[in-house]
Amino acid sequence: MSDLATTRPAPNPLANPWIRAGLILAAAVAAILLGAQLDSSGTLYAVFIDPFQQMIQAPDLLVQTIWEGLVSGVLYALIALGFVLIFKASGVFNFAQGIMVVFAALTLVGLYEKGVPAFLAVIITLGVMFALAVTIERVVLRPLVNQPDIILFMATFGITYFLIGFGESLFGGNPKQMIAEQLFLPKGAIDLPILGGLVSLQKIDIAAAVIASLMIALLALFFQYTRIGRALRAVADSHKAALSVGISLNQIWVIVWFTAGIVALITGIMWGARSDVSFALEIVALKALPVLILGGFTSIPGAIVGGLIIGIGEKLGEFYWGPLVGGGIESWLAYFIALGFLLFRPQGLFGDKIIERI
Amino acid sequence: MLYREAGQYKSNYASDMAVFPLREDRIGLGVMLAIALVAIPFLGNDFFIASVMIPFLVFSLAAIGLNILTGYTGLISLGTAAFMGVGAYSCYKLTTFFPHVNIIVLILVSGLFSAGIGVLFGLPSLRIKGFYLAVATLAAQFFLQWAFVRVPWLFNYNASGAIEVPQRTLFGLPITGAAATAETRYFVCLGLVVVMTWFASNLVHGRLGRSWMAVRDMDIAAELMGIKLLNAKLGAFAVSSYFAGVAGAMMIFFWYGGGEAADVFSIRLSFNILFMVIIGGLGSLIGSFFGAAFLSVLPTALKFGLPALGVPLTGATAEHVTFMLVGALIILFLIVEPHGLARLWQIGKQKLRTWPFPY
Amino acid sequence: MNAEPINVTGTPIRGKGEVLLSVENISLRFGGVKAISDVSFDIRKGEIRAIIGPNGAGKTSMLNCINGFYQPQEGQIVFKGERRAKMRPHRAAAGGIARTFQNVALFKGMSTLDNIMTGRTLKMKKGFFWQVLRHGPAMREEIEHRRVVEDIIDFLQIEHIRKLPVGKLPYGLQKRVELGRALAMEPELLLLDEPMAGMNLEEKEDMCRFILDVNNQFGTTIALIEHDMGVVMDLSDRVVVLEYGRKIADGTPDEVKADQRVIDAYLGVAH
Repeated sequence: MSDLATTRPAPNPLANPWIRAGLILAAAVAAILLGAQLDSSGTLYAVFIDPFQQMIQAPDLLVQTIWEGLVSGVLYALIALGFVLIFKASGVFNFAQGIMVVFAALTLVGLYEKGVPAFLAVIITLGVMFALAVTIERVVLRPLVNQPDIILFMATFGITYFLIGFGESLFGGNPKQMIAEQLFLPKGAIDLPILGGLVSLQKIDIAAAVIASLMIALLALFFQYTRIGRALRAVADSHKAALSVGISLNQIWVIVWFTAGIVALITGIMWGARSDVSFALEIVALKALPVLILGGFTSIPGAIVGGLIIGIGEKLGEFYWGPLVGGGIESWLAYFIALGFLLFRPQGLFGDKIIERI
Repeated sequence: MLYREAGQYKSNYASDMAVFPLREDRIGLGVMLAIALVAIPFLGNDFFIASVMIPFLVFSLAAIGLNILTGYTGLISLGTAAFMGVGAYSCYKLTTFFPHVNIIVLILVSGLFSAGIGVLFGLPSLRIKGFYLAVATLAAQFFLQWAFVRVPWLFNYNASGAIEVPQRTLFGLPITGAAATAETRYFVCLGLVVVMTWFASNLVHGRLGRSWMAVRDMDIAAELMGIKLLNAKLGAFAVSSYFAGVAGAMMIFFWYGGGEAADVFSIRLSFNILFMVIIGGLGSLIGSFFGAAFLSVLPTALKFGLPALGVPLTGATAEHVTFMLVGALIILFLIVEPHGLARLWQIGKQKLRTWPFPY
Repeated sequence: MNAEPINVTGTPIRGKGEVLLSVENISLRFGGVKAISDVSFDIRKGEIRAIIGPNGAGKTSMLNCINGFYQPQEGQIVFKGERRAKMRPHRAAAGGIARTFQNVALFKGMSTLDNIMTGRTLKMKKGFFWQVLRHGPAMREEIEHRRVVEDIIDFLQIEHIRKLPVGKLPYGLQKRVELGRALAMEPELLLLDEPMAGMNLEEKEDMCRFILDVNNQFGTTIALIEHDMGVVMDLSDRVVVLEYGRKIADGTPDEVKADQRVIDAYLGVAH
């Protein structure tokens, strides 16, 4: 408590976590009492007891749900990772990361459909992502250097819209099949007997988790031990200081956007192998925002943990509590989870306490 | 020689504090109003009025609403469409409950519901800032859109989930529903937009506007000047959502005339309105009109203009080209003039002031 | 009742009047870092009180505590006889404490006029309804306050930049506008955080004159942080010296100048 008091006071009594927790509790109790009054079948029971009973009665279902959440969490984390890379190095909040995923996946599939062998298509797609990184650096970032964050943020909206139009006119708006088999990604499922039931794990999901972990490890090594990695960290700390010791910002930006492009391609392949490749992913990519909120905009471990929390949280919520309100709460639950966290830790899970100076 | 301030002396503070202190600007405003009131209804055909002018007016009002929040108070919102939706659905419910009350009154009242919801989702802004706040507004966007689909009470348990706009009259003339002509709907929209723009202008030029801008520019200093952040931010959310709500109600009642409103008030609409504000100019009311004109007219112009020029375009291609163009233009505008069309307008006026001898 | 002490020229000797604000045993920590430890001093009505000390001595943190931006863990602040451990920024503003900032904290997107008008916010009462109409009472109120603001603009000689956005003004003028904004609050206590930092000699002289005029004409009590010792010694009635968050001296400029610990703090000690 004494630690908390040193930072500046929030302008409202809600700043006190105890008051806030109390208020939330009171509101919850009031809502429940109201619900129980209105509903003879027992809203209280349905919200607070029944879901947990279900969990205990059918633990295999619970494991299955958590696994599903874990997998979508990995994919959220991958998208968030692309955001974090770019935000760290250029301070740009890259709204276009979602569409870059779609674009990369579409390019890959589109090339394969034109008769290019699968692995050659991967290489060409990487080339396309590199070209995209160079173009963005030249056309968008360089002229906008030193503009406020919101302007750069807006510019990435522009990139998003351009890529949507460009991608649709090149590849058409119809969903496509990912060429998972051609890339030797495993298919089918493993059924594990767990806790008296069967839990089915898609092999592709396991592969996704493994590949994502490998990629994150590689990135961490790259950041930690290479000259470029050191330059990247320097740029992340201060543009001006990095410039003054002779680091080329333009070069760094191309590298970072290209790295984000590679991450996008891998995300696209994984995601595409689970469902299909379509522009609907653009909305899903917005889920990376709550992930970032949880993990902080600059923390790679944060992005991963945040992704997993959001993924598991929303799957559990949808499966056990969704039916109470008619389902479909997956579309907004992630944002509310993030909001809940934010109210208690405005700086994110891994952020430092903010001390405002003047 | 056309645009000079020389010789226009202000002898009291009231005239110096006028929104348009220059005679030329006042004349310009009069001309614009005359065009809107007389020339457009007489010269434009139904298609032009219904598919270009009415959307333009609705978007302008929504953009003004968002501009109050984002441009004047510096709080990013990605949930404008949801607040518009609240306005539309409350208006629909109000017409069901109070069929005899004038529809314009109901539209203005429905904005209040939107304002209330806006304040509710604005509460996190006291604690979180910047991009973090964008998530709070996204929560509003997705939650409300979900509610529009899942709460059948909102659309009167209609099997198709659609809103049916009933016929309502003003002075005996039908202004909503199938019988209302494009011209009458246009006049009602124009009236509402002009009056509400005037309100917005009054607000941003007074004490409240100054506290909003103070919060935007340096919230810490604002607090030490005695501005309560709580009141300023929530006030901005309320006013902004009110404008959005009225715009949303107008959108369904005067433009779409019903339909599955939940699809209309999607995240894409939120983004579009944000683009209008950015391209038009953050913190500028006239910029909101510029931005709305640009982004609402451009797609229509491309869709119907290019084929007229002999460029063969199918509907789908036109849409793709629109996306690419809008994207490219956003980037171009940000590079050329990050402060939007409103700043270009100002620079133009400044040039005109010194023309033909700029030195 | 004692008569005010009068000096030869007939003006009251300042710094002997009643206490306007006193700081009692204030300690402020950021996590493990102690910014201020156990500092007490007072500010008397009508005086110019300087707070000096080397960089990082906790001067700005002290001002932040006084107007409620930071909340000290220990100690109390008594302002106008009211004793409180916690002060809220807007409550401090309403109580009559105004301030300027070390790094100019103006509202960059607004004009000079609007910036100074924000200083009047607390004095403007007309509600939302009249604000929407901007006629009648709201307009009368606006004009009334505009008049006050114009007086301040006149006093600070910044008429020519009245309608320019402050973000583009030169630094010296920005500092002046900031002073104007604080003055618009008609404060009883004015906190100035390095009002002359980064100014050339001429600008400094102007600023000194404004500070003295404010103090003389309006009787405003002033607490200022300044690094220019010449300015501090000339302007202030009493000086408090901080080093590493502790108070090492307190007294008239001459007393402080002669204090061995102050000399050590500024010139270093031979070991």
